[in-house]
Amino acid sequence: MRKGLLVRTTIVLTGAIVVSGLVFAVIAQSTYSPLRLGRAATVEEVKELNITVLPNGEGLPVGSGSVQRGREIYERSCAVCHGLQGKGNGEYPALVGGIGSLKSDKPVLTIGSYWPYATTVWDYTRRSMPYERPGTLSDDEVYAVTAYLLKLNNIVGETESLDQNSLPRVQMPNRNGFVQDPRPDIKAKR
Amino acid sequence: MEEYGALMGSNKGRRRFLALGTGSVVGLLASCKKSALPPLLGAHRTRYGERSLYEKSARYFGESQTPATGSSRTPLQDLYGIITPSSLHFERHHAGVPQIDPADHKLMIHGLVDSPLIFTMNDIKSLPSSSHIYFIECAGNTASEQTGTPRSSPQKSHGLLSCSEWTGVPLSLLLKEAGLKPEATWILAEGADACRLARSIPLSKANDDVLVAYGQNGEALRPEQGYPLRLVVPGWEGNVNIKWVRRIHVLDQPAMTRDEAAYYTDLMPDGRARQFSFVMEAKSVITRPAGEQILPKPGSYEISGFAWSGRGRIDLVEVTTDGGQNWHQAELQEPRLSKALTRFRFPWVWEGKETIIASRCTDDTGYLQPTREEIVAVRGLKGTDHYNGIKYWKVYEDGKVTNA
Repeated sequence: MRKGLLVRTTIVLTGAIVVSGLVFAVIAQSTYSPLRLGRAATVEEVKELNITVLPNGEGLPVGSGSVQRGREIYERSCAVCHGLQGKGNGEYPALVGGIGSLKSDKPVLTIGSYWPYATTVWDYTRRSMPYERPGTLSDDEVYAVTAYLLKLNNIVGETESLDQNSLPRVQMPNRNGFVQDPRPDIKAKR
Repeated sequence: MEEYGALMGSNKGRRRFLALGTGSVVGLLASCKKSALPPLLGAHRTRYGERSLYEKSARYFGESQTPATGSSRTPLQDLYGIITPSSLHFERHHAGVPQIDPADHKLMIHGLVDSPLIFTMNDIKSLPSSSHIYFIECAGNTASEQTGTPRSSPQKSHGLLSCSEWTGVPLSLLLKEAGLKPEATWILAEGADACRLARSIPLSKANDDVLVAYGQNGEALRPEQGYPLRLVVPGWEGNVNIKWVRRIHVLDQPAMTRDEAAYYTDLMPDGRARQFSFVMEAKSVITRPAGEQILPKPGSYEISGFAWSGRGRIDLVEVTTDGGQNWHQAELQEPRLSKALTRFRFPWVWEGKETIIASRCTDDTGYLQPTREEIVAVRGLKGTDHYNGIKYWKVYEDGKVTNA
Protein backbone atom coordinates (compact mmCIF):
# COMPACT_ATOMS: atom_id res chain seq x y z
CA MET A 1 0.00 0.00 0.00
CA ARG A 2 2.66 2.42 1.08
CA LYS A 3 5.00 1.50 -1.75
CA GLY A 4 2.26 1.63 -4.39
CA LEU A 5 1.22 5.10 -3.33
CA LEU A 6 4.80 6.26 -3.36
CA VAL A 7 5.47 4.89 -6.83
CA ARG A 8 2.37 6.41 -8.32
CA THR A 9 3.01 9.70 -6.64
CA THR A 10 6.60 9.78 -7.85
CA ILE A 11 5.62 9.18 -11.45
CA VAL A 12 2.86 11.73 -11.65
CA LEU A 13 3.88 14.56 -9.43
CA THR A 14 6.79 16.92 -8.94
CA GLY A 15 9.50 16.60 -6.33
CA ALA A 16 7.85 19.06 -4.03
CA ILE A 17 4.65 17.08 -4.01
CA VAL A 18 6.54 13.82 -3.52
CA VAL A 19 7.23 15.03 0.00
CA SER A 20 3.56 15.54 0.68
CA GLY A 21 2.85 12.19 -1.02
CA LEU A 22 5.23 10.59 1.41
CA VAL A 23 3.47 12.19 4.31
CA PHE A 24 0.15 11.03 2.90
CA ALA A 25 1.45 7.48 2.49
CA VAL A 26 2.58 7.37 6.09
CA ILE A 27 -0.79 8.66 7.21
CA ALA A 28 -2.58 6.15 4.98
CA GLN A 29 -0.73 3.31 6.65
CA SER A 30 -1.23 4.58 10.14
CA THR A 31 -4.95 5.11 9.59
CA TYR A 32 -5.51 1.36 9.94
CA SER A 33 -7.19 1.09 13.30
CA PRO A 34 -6.76 -2.39 14.73
CA LEU A 35 -9.97 -4.13 15.70
CA ARG A 36 -8.21 -5.36 18.84
CA LEU A 37 -10.09 -8.61 18.99
CA GLY A 38 -7.14 -10.84 19.72
CA ARG A 39 -5.21 -10.53 22.96
CA ALA A 40 -1.48 -10.17 23.41
CA ALA A 41 0.41 -13.46 23.53
CA THR A 42 2.80 -13.58 26.46
CA VAL A 43 6.47 -14.47 26.03
CA GLU A 44 5.76 -17.77 27.82
CA GLU A 45 2.85 -18.62 25.52
CA VAL A 46 4.94 -17.98 22.44
CA LYS A 47 7.79 -20.05 23.87
CA GLU A 48 5.50 -22.95 24.67
CA LEU A 49 3.90 -23.18 21.25
CA ASN A 50 6.76 -22.07 19.00
CA ILE A 51 8.55 -25.11 17.60
CA THR A 52 9.82 -23.51 14.39
CA VAL A 53 13.36 -24.50 13.46
CA LEU A 54 15.08 -22.63 10.62
CA PRO A 55 17.86 -23.96 8.36
CA ASN A 56 20.34 -21.61 10.08
CA GLY A 57 19.61 -23.33 13.38
CA GLU A 58 17.45 -20.58 14.81
CA GLY A 59 14.84 -22.17 17.06
CA LEU A 60 16.88 -25.27 17.89
CA PRO A 61 16.79 -25.93 21.63
CA VAL A 62 19.96 -26.47 23.62
CA GLY A 63 20.76 -30.16 23.63
CA SER A 64 22.87 -32.91 22.13
CA GLY A 65 22.86 -36.56 21.18
CA SER A 66 25.37 -39.09 19.89
CA VAL A 67 25.18 -41.54 17.00
CA GLN A 68 25.58 -44.34 19.53
CA ARG A 69 22.66 -43.16 21.67
CA GLY A 70 20.66 -42.55 18.50
CA ARG A 71 21.07 -46.18 17.45
CA GLU A 72 19.41 -47.33 20.70
CA ILE A 73 16.51 -44.91 20.30
CA TYR A 74 16.11 -45.72 16.61
CA GLU A 75 15.95 -49.45 17.28
CA ARG A 76 13.45 -48.89 20.08
CA SER A 77 11.17 -46.28 18.45
CA CYS A 78 11.73 -46.16 14.68
CA ALA A 79 12.89 -49.53 13.35
CA VAL A 80 9.48 -51.16 13.74
CA CYS A 81 8.24 -49.11 10.76
CA HIS A 82 11.34 -48.02 8.85
CA GLY A 83 13.35 -51.21 9.33
CA LEU A 84 16.56 -51.81 11.28
CA GLN A 85 18.69 -50.43 8.44
CA GLY A 86 16.27 -47.58 7.59
CA LYS A 87 15.41 -49.13 4.24
CA GLY A 88 11.66 -48.57 4.70
CA ASN A 89 8.73 -50.94 4.36
CA GLY A 90 5.83 -50.33 1.98
CA GLU A 91 4.22 -47.05 2.95
CA TYR A 92 6.92 -46.40 5.56
CA PRO A 93 9.54 -44.56 3.54
CA ALA A 94 13.20 -45.45 3.25
CA LEU A 95 15.41 -43.10 5.27
CA VAL A 96 18.71 -44.30 3.89
CA GLY A 97 20.39 -44.75 0.53
CA GLY A 98 19.93 -43.42 -2.97
CA ILE A 99 22.82 -40.95 -2.84
CA GLY A 100 23.79 -40.26 -6.44
CA SER A 101 20.58 -41.77 -7.84
CA LEU A 102 18.66 -38.57 -8.60
CA LYS A 103 19.67 -38.38 -12.25
CA SER A 104 18.91 -42.05 -12.86
CA ASP A 105 15.63 -43.52 -14.07
CA LYS A 106 15.02 -44.99 -10.62
CA PRO A 107 15.81 -42.21 -8.16
CA VAL A 108 15.62 -43.12 -4.48
CA LEU A 109 14.61 -40.07 -2.46
CA THR A 110 15.77 -40.30 1.13
CA ILE A 111 17.13 -38.04 3.83
CA GLY A 112 20.61 -38.86 2.56
CA SER A 113 20.04 -38.52 -1.16
CA TYR A 114 17.48 -35.72 -1.28
CA TRP A 115 16.82 -33.64 1.83
CA PRO A 116 18.74 -30.34 1.63
CA TYR A 117 18.97 -29.47 5.34
CA ALA A 118 19.84 -31.46 8.46
CA THR A 119 17.62 -29.09 10.43
CA THR A 120 14.66 -30.43 8.45
CA VAL A 121 15.42 -33.93 9.74
CA TRP A 122 15.57 -32.66 13.29
CA ASP A 123 12.39 -30.58 12.92
CA TYR A 124 10.39 -33.36 11.29
CA THR A 125 11.50 -35.92 13.86
CA ARG A 126 10.46 -33.70 16.74
CA ARG A 127 7.33 -32.41 15.02
CA SER A 128 5.87 -35.61 13.62
CA MET A 129 7.68 -38.75 14.71
CA PRO A 130 7.33 -41.47 15.86
CA TYR A 131 4.25 -41.78 13.66
CA GLU A 132 1.89 -43.06 16.35
CA ARG A 133 3.38 -41.11 19.25
CA PRO A 134 4.73 -37.82 17.91
CA GLY A 135 6.24 -35.51 20.46
CA THR A 136 7.34 -38.27 22.85
CA LEU A 137 11.08 -37.99 22.19
CA SER A 138 13.08 -35.54 24.31
CA ASP A 139 15.13 -32.88 22.54
CA ASP A 140 18.34 -34.80 23.31
CA GLU A 141 16.79 -37.95 21.86
CA VAL A 142 15.85 -36.06 18.69
CA TYR A 143 19.49 -34.90 18.33
CA ALA A 144 20.62 -38.48 18.83
CA VAL A 145 18.19 -40.00 16.31
CA THR A 146 19.08 -37.30 13.79
CA ALA A 147 22.78 -38.08 14.29
CA TYR A 148 22.14 -41.78 13.78
CA LEU A 149 20.09 -41.20 10.59
CA LEU A 150 22.89 -39.06 9.21
CA LYS A 151 25.38 -41.81 10.17
CA LEU A 152 23.28 -44.43 8.38
CA ASN A 153 23.60 -42.21 5.30
CA ASN A 154 27.38 -41.81 5.88
CA ILE A 155 27.01 -38.05 6.31
CA VAL A 156 28.50 -38.00 9.83
CA GLY A 157 30.95 -40.39 11.48
CA GLU A 158 30.26 -43.25 13.90
CA THR A 159 31.62 -41.41 16.92
CA GLU A 160 29.97 -38.05 16.34
CA SER A 161 27.46 -36.14 18.41
CA LEU A 162 25.23 -33.32 17.25
CA ASP A 163 23.99 -30.28 19.11
CA GLN A 164 22.26 -26.98 18.38
CA ASN A 165 25.49 -25.50 16.98
CA SER A 166 26.82 -28.39 14.91
CA LEU A 167 23.53 -29.61 13.39
CA PRO A 168 22.94 -26.60 11.09
CA ARG A 169 26.54 -26.90 9.86
CA VAL A 170 26.08 -30.44 8.56
CA GLN A 171 26.43 -30.29 4.78
CA MET A 172 23.73 -32.45 3.17
CA PRO A 173 24.70 -34.11 -0.15
CA ASN A 174 21.76 -32.58 -2.06
CA ARG A 175 22.02 -29.14 -0.48
CA ASN A 176 22.27 -27.44 -3.88
CA GLY A 177 19.90 -29.76 -5.69
CA PHE A 178 16.88 -27.48 -5.75
CA VAL A 179 15.73 -24.75 -8.12
CA GLN A 180 12.92 -22.25 -8.03
CA ASP A 181 9.65 -23.13 -9.77
CA PRO A 182 9.99 -22.01 -13.44
CA ARG A 183 6.36 -22.66 -14.39
CA PRO A 184 4.64 -21.98 -16.69
CA ASP A 185 7.30 -24.13 -18.35
CA ILE A 186 5.20 -25.76 -21.07
CA LYS A 187 3.71 -23.98 -24.05
CA ALA A 188 1.03 -26.34 -25.34
CA LYS A 189 0.29 -26.43 -29.07
CA ARG A 190 -3.20 -26.26 -30.53
CA MET B 1 -39.78 -52.31 -3.48
CA GLU B 2 -40.67 -50.31 -6.55
CA GLU B 3 -44.02 -52.11 -7.02
CA TYR B 4 -44.87 -51.58 -3.40
CA GLY B 5 -44.32 -47.89 -3.69
CA ALA B 6 -46.56 -47.67 -6.74
CA LEU B 7 -49.33 -49.50 -4.93
CA MET B 8 -49.29 -46.95 -2.14
CA GLY B 9 -49.88 -44.05 -4.49
CA SER B 10 -53.59 -44.16 -5.50
CA ASN B 11 -57.06 -44.18 -3.96
CA LYS B 12 -58.14 -47.02 -6.19
CA GLY B 13 -55.65 -49.22 -4.46
CA ARG B 14 -56.92 -48.07 -1.10
CA ARG B 15 -60.49 -49.11 -1.81
CA ARG B 16 -59.38 -52.50 -2.97
CA PHE B 17 -57.16 -52.83 0.03
CA LEU B 18 -60.08 -52.10 2.38
CA ALA B 19 -62.40 -54.47 0.57
CA LEU B 20 -60.00 -57.33 0.59
CA GLY B 21 -59.00 -56.99 4.22
CA THR B 22 -55.64 -57.59 5.75
CA GLY B 23 -55.51 -61.27 5.01
CA SER B 24 -55.01 -60.57 1.35
CA VAL B 25 -52.31 -57.95 1.61
CA VAL B 26 -49.56 -60.19 0.35
CA GLY B 27 -51.63 -61.34 -2.59
CA LEU B 28 -52.64 -57.77 -3.35
CA LEU B 29 -49.07 -56.59 -3.27
CA ALA B 30 -48.08 -59.32 -5.65
CA SER B 31 -50.94 -58.98 -8.11
CA CYS B 32 -51.93 -55.30 -8.32
CA LYS B 33 -48.83 -53.96 -9.92
CA LYS B 34 -50.11 -50.54 -10.95
CA SER B 35 -52.90 -49.87 -8.46
CA ALA B 36 -51.98 -48.12 -5.27
CA LEU B 37 -52.53 -47.78 -1.55
CA PRO B 38 -53.17 -44.36 0.00
CA PRO B 39 -50.18 -42.17 0.74
CA LEU B 40 -48.71 -42.97 4.11
CA LEU B 41 -47.23 -40.40 6.42
CA GLY B 42 -43.57 -39.94 5.76
CA ALA B 43 -40.66 -39.82 8.14
CA HIS B 44 -40.58 -37.29 10.94
CA ARG B 45 -38.54 -34.13 11.09
CA THR B 46 -34.88 -34.56 11.88
CA ARG B 47 -32.34 -32.35 13.59
CA TYR B 48 -29.71 -32.83 10.93
CA GLY B 49 -30.60 -33.96 7.41
CA GLU B 50 -29.39 -37.11 5.73
CA ARG B 51 -29.43 -37.86 2.02
CA SER B 52 -31.87 -40.36 0.50
CA LEU B 53 -31.13 -43.97 1.32
CA TYR B 54 -31.04 -44.57 -2.43
CA GLU B 55 -27.98 -42.34 -2.86
CA LYS B 56 -24.75 -44.27 -2.45
CA SER B 57 -22.07 -41.95 -3.85
CA ALA B 58 -19.01 -42.06 -1.59
CA ARG B 59 -15.37 -41.16 -1.26
CA TYR B 60 -12.91 -43.78 -2.43
CA PHE B 61 -9.78 -45.06 -0.75
CA GLY B 62 -7.76 -48.23 -0.77
CA GLU B 63 -6.48 -50.28 2.12
CA SER B 64 -3.44 -48.87 3.89
CA GLN B 65 -0.81 -49.82 6.45
CA THR B 66 -1.34 -46.38 7.94
CA PRO B 67 -5.07 -45.55 7.73
CA ALA B 68 -4.62 -42.25 9.57
CA THR B 69 -2.48 -40.96 6.72
CA GLY B 70 -3.22 -41.06 3.03
CA SER B 71 -6.18 -39.80 1.10
CA SER B 72 -9.76 -40.39 0.03
CA ARG B 73 -11.10 -39.26 -3.33
CA THR B 74 -14.16 -37.26 -4.34
CA PRO B 75 -16.66 -39.01 -6.67
CA LEU B 76 -16.39 -36.31 -9.34
CA GLN B 77 -18.58 -38.27 -11.77
CA ASP B 78 -21.54 -38.10 -9.38
CA LEU B 79 -21.47 -34.34 -8.72
CA TYR B 80 -23.76 -31.69 -10.16
CA GLY B 81 -22.79 -28.04 -10.56
CA ILE B 82 -19.50 -26.91 -9.04
CA ILE B 83 -19.89 -27.37 -5.27
CA THR B 84 -18.59 -30.52 -3.62
CA PRO B 85 -20.80 -31.60 -0.72
CA SER B 86 -18.73 -31.27 2.45
CA SER B 87 -19.18 -34.96 3.22
CA LEU B 88 -17.66 -35.85 -0.18
CA HIS B 89 -14.74 -33.38 -0.08
CA PHE B 90 -11.51 -35.30 -0.65
CA GLU B 91 -9.33 -35.98 2.36
CA ARG B 92 -5.58 -35.98 2.83
CA HIS B 93 -4.32 -36.48 6.34
CA HIS B 94 -0.81 -37.02 7.62
CA ALA B 95 -1.62 -38.01 11.20
CA GLY B 96 -5.36 -38.56 11.40
CA VAL B 97 -8.26 -36.23 12.11
CA PRO B 98 -8.08 -34.53 15.50
CA GLN B 99 -11.31 -33.85 17.36
CA ILE B 100 -10.97 -30.28 18.57
CA ASP B 101 -13.32 -28.46 20.93
CA PRO B 102 -13.65 -24.96 19.44
CA ALA B 103 -13.81 -23.52 22.96
CA ASP B 104 -10.21 -24.68 23.43
CA HIS B 105 -8.89 -23.77 20.00
CA LYS B 106 -6.67 -20.74 19.56
CA LEU B 107 -4.68 -19.21 16.74
CA MET B 108 -1.42 -17.55 17.66
CA ILE B 109 0.34 -15.07 15.37
CA HIS B 110 3.92 -14.27 16.31
CA GLY B 111 7.41 -13.70 14.97
CA LEU B 112 8.18 -10.57 12.96
CA VAL B 113 5.16 -8.66 14.22
CA ASP B 114 4.71 -5.62 16.44
CA SER B 115 2.50 -7.50 18.88
CA PRO B 116 2.13 -11.29 19.04
CA LEU B 117 -1.56 -12.10 19.30
CA ILE B 118 -3.80 -14.97 20.31
CA PHE B 119 -7.25 -15.27 18.80
CA THR B 120 -10.03 -17.46 20.14
CA MET B 121 -12.63 -18.84 17.76
CA ASN B 122 -15.03 -16.21 19.08
CA ASP B 123 -12.50 -13.49 18.30
CA ILE B 124 -12.08 -14.73 14.76
CA LYS B 125 -15.81 -15.04 14.16
CA SER B 126 -16.24 -11.45 15.36
CA LEU B 127 -13.91 -10.10 12.69
CA PRO B 128 -15.19 -8.97 9.27
CA SER B 129 -15.77 -12.14 7.26
CA SER B 130 -16.03 -13.00 3.59
CA SER B 131 -17.10 -16.03 1.58
CA HIS B 132 -15.48 -17.33 -1.59
CA ILE B 133 -15.83 -20.40 -3.78
CA TYR B 134 -12.44 -22.01 -4.32
CA PHE B 135 -11.23 -25.42 -5.41
CA ILE B 136 -8.64 -27.31 -3.43
CA GLU B 137 -6.53 -29.88 -5.27
CA CYS B 138 -3.81 -32.13 -3.90
CA ALA B 139 -0.44 -31.61 -5.58
CA GLY B 140 -0.34 -35.33 -6.32
CA ASN B 141 -3.74 -35.45 -8.03
CA THR B 142 -3.48 -37.31 -11.38
CA ALA B 143 0.13 -38.36 -10.68
CA SER B 144 -0.67 -41.83 -12.00
CA GLU B 145 -1.55 -40.25 -15.36
CA GLN B 146 1.96 -38.87 -15.68
CA THR B 147 3.61 -42.17 -14.81
CA GLY B 148 1.60 -43.92 -17.52
CA THR B 149 -0.56 -45.95 -15.15
CA PRO B 150 -3.87 -44.10 -15.53
CA ARG B 151 -6.71 -44.89 -13.15
CA SER B 152 -10.04 -46.17 -14.36
CA SER B 153 -12.55 -43.45 -13.33
CA PRO B 154 -12.64 -39.67 -12.79
CA GLN B 155 -12.78 -40.32 -9.05
CA LYS B 156 -9.72 -42.56 -9.04
CA SER B 157 -7.70 -40.42 -11.46
CA HIS B 158 -8.78 -36.86 -10.59
CA GLY B 159 -10.60 -37.21 -7.24
CA LEU B 160 -8.08 -35.37 -5.05
CA LEU B 161 -10.02 -32.29 -6.09
CA SER B 162 -13.01 -30.57 -4.50
CA CYS B 163 -14.66 -27.16 -4.48
CA SER B 164 -16.46 -25.43 -1.63
CA GLU B 165 -17.72 -22.08 -0.54
CA TRP B 166 -15.36 -21.11 2.27
CA THR B 167 -16.17 -18.49 4.88
CA GLY B 168 -13.65 -16.86 7.12
CA VAL B 169 -11.37 -13.92 7.75
CA PRO B 170 -8.70 -12.76 5.32
CA LEU B 171 -5.31 -13.72 6.74
CA SER B 172 -4.12 -10.26 5.76
CA LEU B 173 -6.49 -8.80 8.35
CA LEU B 174 -5.06 -10.91 11.17
CA LEU B 175 -1.53 -10.01 10.08
CA LYS B 176 -2.51 -6.35 10.07
CA GLU B 177 -3.89 -6.72 13.59
CA ALA B 178 -0.52 -8.07 14.73
CA GLY B 179 1.39 -5.44 12.72
CA LEU B 180 4.00 -6.75 10.27
CA LYS B 181 7.61 -5.74 10.67
CA PRO B 182 9.28 -4.49 7.46
CA GLU B 183 11.63 -7.50 7.21
CA ALA B 184 8.74 -10.01 7.13
CA THR B 185 8.67 -12.00 3.86
CA TRP B 186 7.21 -15.43 4.70
CA ILE B 187 4.80 -17.03 7.12
CA LEU B 188 4.88 -20.54 8.54
CA ALA B 189 1.41 -22.00 9.15
CA GLU B 190 1.08 -24.95 11.51
CA GLY B 191 -1.79 -27.32 12.26
CA ALA B 192 -2.92 -28.82 15.55
CA ASP B 193 -2.95 -32.37 14.18
CA ALA B 194 -0.65 -34.97 15.72
CA CYS B 195 2.13 -34.37 13.16
CA ARG B 196 1.75 -30.58 13.45
CA LEU B 197 1.89 -30.25 9.69
CA ALA B 198 3.58 -26.98 8.80
CA ARG B 199 4.16 -25.11 5.55
CA SER B 200 5.82 -21.84 4.64
CA ILE B 201 3.90 -19.43 2.43
CA PRO B 202 5.30 -16.24 0.88
CA LEU B 203 3.91 -13.14 2.56
CA SER B 204 2.80 -11.80 -0.81
CA LYS B 205 0.33 -14.69 -1.10
CA ALA B 206 -0.64 -14.51 2.59
CA ASN B 207 -1.54 -10.87 2.11
CA ASP B 208 -3.30 -11.49 -1.19
CA ASP B 209 -6.20 -13.94 -0.94
CA VAL B 210 -5.51 -16.48 1.82
CA LEU B 211 -8.51 -17.10 4.01
CA VAL B 212 -8.56 -18.27 7.63
CA ALA B 213 -11.76 -20.27 7.25
CA TYR B 214 -14.26 -21.67 9.70
CA GLY B 215 -17.18 -22.14 7.31
CA GLN B 216 -17.64 -24.61 4.47
CA ASN B 217 -20.75 -24.67 2.31
CA GLY B 218 -22.81 -22.76 4.83
CA GLU B 219 -21.91 -24.64 7.99
CA ALA B 220 -18.86 -25.23 10.14
CA LEU B 221 -15.89 -27.02 8.58
CA ARG B 222 -16.02 -30.79 8.80
CA PRO B 223 -13.42 -32.27 11.19
CA GLU B 224 -11.60 -33.87 8.26
CA GLN B 225 -11.49 -30.46 6.58
CA GLY B 226 -9.83 -28.77 9.52
CA TYR B 227 -12.53 -28.02 12.10
CA PRO B 228 -12.63 -25.54 13.66
CA LEU B 229 -10.16 -23.45 11.62
CA ARG B 230 -8.08 -23.90 8.48
CA LEU B 231 -6.21 -21.99 5.85
CA VAL B 232 -7.60 -21.81 2.34
CA VAL B 233 -4.81 -20.83 -0.05
CA PRO B 234 -6.64 -20.29 -3.33
CA GLY B 235 -5.23 -22.04 -6.38
CA TRP B 236 -2.22 -23.51 -4.57
CA GLU B 237 -1.44 -27.15 -3.84
CA GLY B 238 -3.65 -28.70 -1.17
CA ASN B 239 -0.84 -29.31 1.30
CA VAL B 240 -0.36 -25.60 2.06
CA ASN B 241 -4.06 -25.22 2.98
CA ILE B 242 -3.14 -26.02 6.59
CA LYS B 243 -6.03 -27.63 8.47
CA TRP B 244 -6.69 -27.21 12.21
CA VAL B 245 -4.45 -24.14 11.97
CA ARG B 246 -3.17 -23.03 15.36
CA ARG B 247 -0.03 -20.97 14.72
CA ILE B 248 1.18 -18.45 12.17
CA HIS B 249 4.87 -17.61 12.49
CA VAL B 250 5.92 -14.51 10.55
CA LEU B 251 9.46 -15.01 9.23
CA ASP B 252 12.07 -13.53 6.90
CA GLN B 253 12.68 -16.90 5.19
CA PRO B 254 10.93 -20.23 4.62
CA ALA B 255 11.32 -22.68 7.50
CA MET B 256 12.17 -25.62 5.18
CA THR B 257 9.86 -28.12 6.81
CA ARG B 258 9.84 -31.64 5.38
CA ASP B 259 6.82 -30.94 3.17
CA GLU B 260 8.52 -28.06 1.38
CA ALA B 261 12.22 -28.90 1.54
CA ALA B 262 11.87 -32.49 0.34
CA TYR B 263 8.27 -33.56 -0.21
CA TYR B 264 6.02 -31.67 -2.62
CA THR B 265 9.07 -30.87 -4.72
CA ASP B 266 9.35 -31.91 -8.36
CA LEU B 267 12.41 -33.94 -9.40
CA MET B 268 13.39 -33.15 -12.98
CA PRO B 269 15.27 -35.36 -15.49
CA ASP B 270 18.58 -33.56 -14.74
CA GLY B 271 18.43 -34.67 -11.10
CA ARG B 272 17.55 -31.24 -9.76
CA ALA B 273 14.19 -30.55 -8.17
CA ARG B 274 11.78 -27.65 -8.24
CA GLN B 275 10.95 -26.26 -4.85
CA PHE B 276 7.95 -24.14 -3.80
CA SER B 277 5.98 -25.11 -6.91
CA PHE B 278 2.77 -23.97 -5.32
CA VAL B 279 0.29 -23.15 -8.07
CA MET B 280 -2.00 -25.79 -9.56
CA GLU B 281 -2.02 -25.09 -13.29
CA ALA B 282 -5.08 -25.21 -15.56
CA LYS B 283 -6.60 -28.66 -15.89
CA SER B 284 -9.86 -30.21 -17.01
CA VAL B 285 -11.49 -33.62 -17.09
CA ILE B 286 -14.65 -35.09 -18.57
CA THR B 287 -16.57 -36.70 -15.73
CA ARG B 288 -19.54 -37.99 -17.80
CA PRO B 289 -19.29 -40.10 -19.83
CA ALA B 290 -16.04 -41.37 -18.42
CA GLY B 291 -14.23 -44.49 -17.24
CA GLU B 292 -16.29 -47.14 -15.41
CA GLN B 293 -19.49 -45.81 -17.06
CA ILE B 294 -21.53 -47.39 -19.85
CA LEU B 295 -23.49 -45.70 -22.63
CA PRO B 296 -26.57 -47.91 -22.88
CA LYS B 297 -27.24 -47.27 -26.58
CA PRO B 298 -26.29 -44.91 -29.42
CA GLY B 299 -27.98 -41.51 -29.17
CA SER B 300 -27.78 -38.07 -27.62
CA TYR B 301 -25.55 -37.53 -24.63
CA GLU B 302 -24.24 -34.57 -22.71
CA ILE B 303 -20.50 -34.57 -22.24
CA SER B 304 -19.82 -32.78 -18.96
CA GLY B 305 -16.92 -32.16 -16.67
CA PHE B 306 -14.79 -29.74 -14.70
CA ALA B 307 -12.13 -27.20 -15.62
CA TRP B 308 -10.10 -25.16 -13.16
CA SER B 309 -6.94 -23.07 -12.84
CA GLY B 310 -4.90 -22.00 -9.84
CA ARG B 311 -3.95 -18.86 -11.74
CA GLY B 312 -7.45 -17.53 -12.27
CA ARG B 313 -10.61 -18.00 -14.28
CA ILE B 314 -11.39 -20.55 -16.98
CA ASP B 315 -12.03 -18.76 -20.28
CA LEU B 316 -12.36 -21.67 -22.72
CA VAL B 317 -12.98 -25.40 -22.66
CA GLU B 318 -12.73 -27.43 -25.83
CA VAL B 319 -13.98 -30.98 -26.30
CA THR B 320 -12.95 -33.58 -28.86
CA THR B 321 -15.07 -36.60 -29.72
CA ASP B 322 -12.73 -37.97 -32.38
CA GLY B 323 -9.49 -38.48 -30.51
CA GLY B 324 -8.19 -34.95 -30.89
CA GLN B 325 -8.64 -34.35 -34.64
CA ASN B 326 -11.30 -31.71 -34.06
CA TRP B 327 -11.92 -29.60 -30.98
CA HIS B 328 -15.25 -27.90 -30.26
CA GLN B 329 -16.00 -25.11 -27.83
CA ALA B 330 -17.96 -26.32 -24.80
CA GLU B 331 -20.59 -24.32 -22.97
CA LEU B 332 -19.35 -22.92 -19.66
CA GLN B 333 -21.75 -22.69 -16.74
CA GLU B 334 -21.79 -19.25 -15.13
CA PRO B 335 -20.60 -17.96 -12.79
CA ARG B 336 -17.04 -18.68 -13.85
CA LEU B 337 -15.06 -17.86 -10.73
CA SER B 338 -11.35 -17.39 -10.28
CA LYS B 339 -9.68 -20.45 -8.70
CA ALA B 340 -12.97 -22.34 -8.54
CA LEU B 341 -14.24 -25.30 -10.51
CA THR B 342 -16.01 -24.40 -13.74
CA ARG B 343 -18.63 -26.80 -15.09
CA PHE B 344 -18.55 -27.38 -18.86
CA ARG B 345 -21.07 -29.11 -21.08
CA PHE B 346 -21.07 -30.25 -24.69
CA PRO B 347 -23.96 -31.98 -26.50
CA TRP B 348 -22.91 -35.12 -28.35
CA VAL B 349 -24.60 -37.66 -30.56
CA TRP B 350 -22.84 -40.99 -30.19
CA GLU B 351 -23.33 -43.10 -33.27
CA GLY B 352 -22.24 -46.29 -31.59
CA LYS B 353 -18.70 -46.29 -32.94
CA GLU B 354 -15.46 -46.67 -31.03
CA THR B 355 -13.93 -43.28 -30.34
CA ILE B 356 -11.88 -41.21 -27.92
CA ILE B 357 -13.18 -38.15 -26.06
CA ALA B 358 -11.28 -35.51 -24.11
CA SER B 359 -11.36 -31.91 -22.89
CA ARG B 360 -8.75 -29.18 -22.72
CA CYS B 361 -9.02 -25.77 -21.10
CA THR B 362 -7.52 -22.30 -21.34
CA ASP B 363 -7.41 -19.90 -18.39
CA ASP B 364 -7.51 -16.12 -18.34
CA THR B 365 -3.72 -15.88 -18.46
CA GLY B 366 -3.93 -17.56 -21.89
CA TYR B 367 -2.39 -20.79 -20.56
CA LEU B 368 -3.57 -23.84 -22.53
CA GLN B 369 -3.77 -27.23 -20.81
CA PRO B 370 -0.98 -29.37 -22.30
CA THR B 371 -0.93 -33.01 -23.36
CA ARG B 372 0.83 -35.67 -21.33
CA GLU B 373 3.48 -35.90 -24.05
CA GLU B 374 4.21 -32.18 -23.83
CA ILE B 375 4.61 -32.42 -20.05
CA VAL B 376 6.76 -35.54 -20.06
CA ALA B 377 9.02 -34.03 -22.75
CA VAL B 378 9.97 -31.25 -20.30
CA ARG B 379 9.56 -32.82 -16.86
CA GLY B 380 10.19 -36.50 -17.44
CA LEU B 381 8.58 -39.16 -15.26
CA LYS B 382 10.24 -38.72 -11.87
CA GLY B 383 8.52 -35.77 -10.23
CA THR B 384 4.85 -36.53 -10.45
CA ASP B 385 3.24 -33.72 -8.46
CA HIS B 386 1.49 -30.86 -10.27
CA TYR B 387 0.67 -32.92 -13.38
CA ASN B 388 -2.13 -31.33 -15.44
CA GLY B 389 -2.25 -33.15 -18.78
CA ILE B 390 -5.27 -33.71 -21.02
CA LYS B 391 -7.27 -36.79 -19.98
CA TYR B 392 -8.57 -39.07 -22.75
CA TRP B 393 -11.41 -41.58 -22.34
CA LYS B 394 -12.08 -44.37 -24.83
CA VAL B 395 -15.66 -45.27 -25.77
CA TYR B 396 -16.09 -48.81 -27.14
CA GLU B 397 -18.77 -50.01 -29.56
CA ASP B 398 -20.62 -51.73 -26.72
CA GLY B 399 -20.82 -48.40 -24.86
CA LYS B 400 -18.18 -49.21 -22.27
CA VAL B 401 -15.91 -46.29 -21.36
CA THR B 402 -12.33 -46.80 -20.14
CA ASN B 403 -8.96 -45.10 -20.07
CA ALA B 404 -7.68 -44.29 -23.52
